[in-house]
Amino acid sequence: MARGSKPRLAVWKFASCDGCQLSLLDCEDELLEVAGALEIANFAEVSRAVAKGPYDLSLVEGSITTPHDAERIHRIRRASKVLVSIGACATAGGIQALRNFKDVNDYVSIVYATPAYIETLNKSTPIRDHVAVDFELRGCPVSKTQLVEVLSAYLNGRKPDIPNYSVCVECKLKGNVCGLIAFGPTCLGPVTQAGCGALCPTYHRGCFGCFGPKEAANTASLAAAWRAQQVTNEQLVRQFRGFNACAEAFRKESEANER
Amino acid sequence: MSVKTIKVDMLARVEGEGGLTVKVKDGKVTDVKVTIFEPPRFFEAFLRGRSYDEVIDIVARICGICPVAYQMSAAQAIEDAFGVTVSEEVRQLRRLLYCGEWIESHALHVFFLHAPDFLGYQDAVAMARDHLPVVQRALRIKKTGNDLVALVGGREIHPVSVRVGGFYKVPTKAELAPLAEKLKWARDAAIEAVMFTAGLPFPDFERDYEYVALRHPHDYPMNDGRLASSSGLDVAVREYDQHFEEQHVAHSTALHSIRTGRGPYLVGPLARYNLNHDRLSPIANQVAAGAGLGPACHNPFKSIIVRAVEIVYACDEALRIITSYEKPAQAVADVRPAPGVGYACTEAPRGILFHRYRVNPRGQVLDAKIVPPTSQNLKMMEADLREFVTPRVTTPVEALTRQCEQVIRNFDPCISCATHFLRLNVERE
Ligand code: SF4
Ligand code: SF4
Ligand code: SF4
Repeated sequence: MARGSKPRLAVWKFASCDGCQLSLLDCEDELLEVAGALEIANFAEVSRAVAKGPYDLSLVEGSITTPHDAERIHRIRRASKVLVSIGACATAGGIQALRNFKDVNDYVSIVYATPAYIETLNKSTPIRDHVAVDFELRGCPVSKTQLVEVLSAYLNGRKPDIPNYSVCVECKLKGNVCGLIAFGPTCLGPVTQAGCGALCPTYHRGCFGCFGPKEAANTASLAAAWRAQQVTNEQLVRQFRGFNACAEAFRKESEANER
Repeated sequence: MSVKTIKVDMLARVEGEGGLTVKVKDGKVTDVKVTIFEPPRFFEAFLRGRSYDEVIDIVARICGICPVAYQMSAAQAIEDAFGVTVSEEVRQLRRLLYCGEWIESHALHVFFLHAPDFLGYQDAVAMARDHLPVVQRALRIKKTGNDLVALVGGREIHPVSVRVGGFYKVPTKAELAPLAEKLKWARDAAIEAVMFTAGLPFPDFERDYEYVALRHPHDYPMNDGRLASSSGLDVAVREYDQHFEEQHVAHSTALHSIRTGRGPYLVGPLARYNLNHDRLSPIANQVAAGAGLGPACHNPFKSIIVRAVEIVYACDEALRIITSYEKPAQAVADVRPAPGVGYACTEAPRGILFHRYRVNPRGQVLDAKIVPPTSQNLKMMEADLREFVTPRVTTPVEALTRQCEQVIRNFDPCISCATHFLRLNVERE
């Protein structure tokens, strides 16, 4: 980046709900500041202006589900100095990765009258399966504060400060009573990465893992604890198969309980 | 022979990814396509086998811009299948949550996606250079809506509190109280926004739509009502399938909804307003009159004014609910799964959102049908383009392209929503 010029930001979308990129627009207090610190070179959701690469920072939302997108992500990588994938779709394949457990053709024929017109890959995969990724920000959706942290870390040339402990830690910090008694046994908090501020337990329900598995998640031990409380294998499988169904730890645990 | 093509490979400032092609030959429009290349996500397929209490979180992920709409339609459709009735307090609280979504989503559309078109800017950031107070005010209105959704639902995008039968947690009166001041400010700001939008330059363009919206005995429609249309339709939501269908069209980019035996129809703010302006609050009604909307408005470009009026209404309605709010004794009704088919339709910011679920005795989904507003409007979007371009074929391509994009943005289309069923088009360069 030339001295005096602003770093150029691009935001890209693959298979997704737009929620993660909307998180950026939901930073109402910071938005105009961000727009002042960065040049928004490509962000289709908010601007008609499309500036050619190279880009200093690319935020990528969504998973790879079509042959065309599997190529497009390489072009984006080549045009980007730093590439950050945002959200469960981009970091784990998202909810649409539920197809990975089935024959996608069954899905196509359930939803579409003329399956022959559908060009789609068998699997929905995260960005890192296709290109090198500099940083992954979790969540479905990502947290606004974490997103702003990633941007400001980038602007200041440091590493983003994103915790990798579990939701339970945040839940304790909030002073919540552990929900295992209050709202039933299936809380994924112990194996889920923090970031949401233990939102669900605070709203009187179990965590369903929207931030994906934390580092070294002991899913087997959690599953055993649930089983001791009469949670069925079928429930176990569904619980691990949510928005991060194909994140390694959750996928393995769901498959282990399927047998 | 003169041939002219208006082509937008990537529509900007809409939610999701789509494009647009209009072909003109010898002064006649020969082809109009709103192309969708958003990849399919198969929601209806993987909902099969999921338990009723998982559906609400899953369908929220169809769209990050109107997750509340998906949660409301899904919750009520499943309640319909189980024969569960929620308390009046829960009903009001759901309405309050929905007001929050209307406020933030409409503010986003009016100021960030749509207004720059009228003023010739590429985006709201560029617009902010000349109209900083307008953009700052818009951000604060939007934030007020987000604050409301975050408080009642837990977070702005994909709220966590909604469940079949009610809520996981309901706010106390004291928790809601601080929102009242913000909402009063936002209501005043929205009144100014209505005047701002009313002063925009509008193309001379009126259409003879069949408007479809919900109609309720006394409320401006949001979560409930009958299906009504400007051509006399008046049926219960469970009769939806008898009056609406999805069709394949020759150019094969997408399935389009039509009114069975009639043709394209329009859903969204203009339809709601034209069928229900008598249900607006007095303040909103007065503001609409002041903006020159009259009892009916048939210019789709003016939907931007109607959206601003609906922000005024949603602020006013949220204030009404907060003022009379008492914390419900029960956050959730007694829910017992029962086999059956359930239907619901609610008014997403972009128009009616229909859900139908068939469930087994354990409350697991056997099949699901979800018809988002965008797919209901797609056929009309193309019809509007055709009507708009025909008398303007001599306009230079670049100017006409911008105007066509604006025609699309009148609809505020949400393409991610529509693509859980749209067919994939791989024409993209
Ligand atoms: S991770 Fe969740 S919020 Fe983000 S784009 Fe995917 S579905 Fe939407
Ligand atoms: S409620 Fe869940 S997140 Fe909170 S401490 Fe208990 S297990 Fe952990
Ligand atoms: S508690 Fe779990 S499911 Fe709920 S928001 Fe946090 S990470 Fe997501």
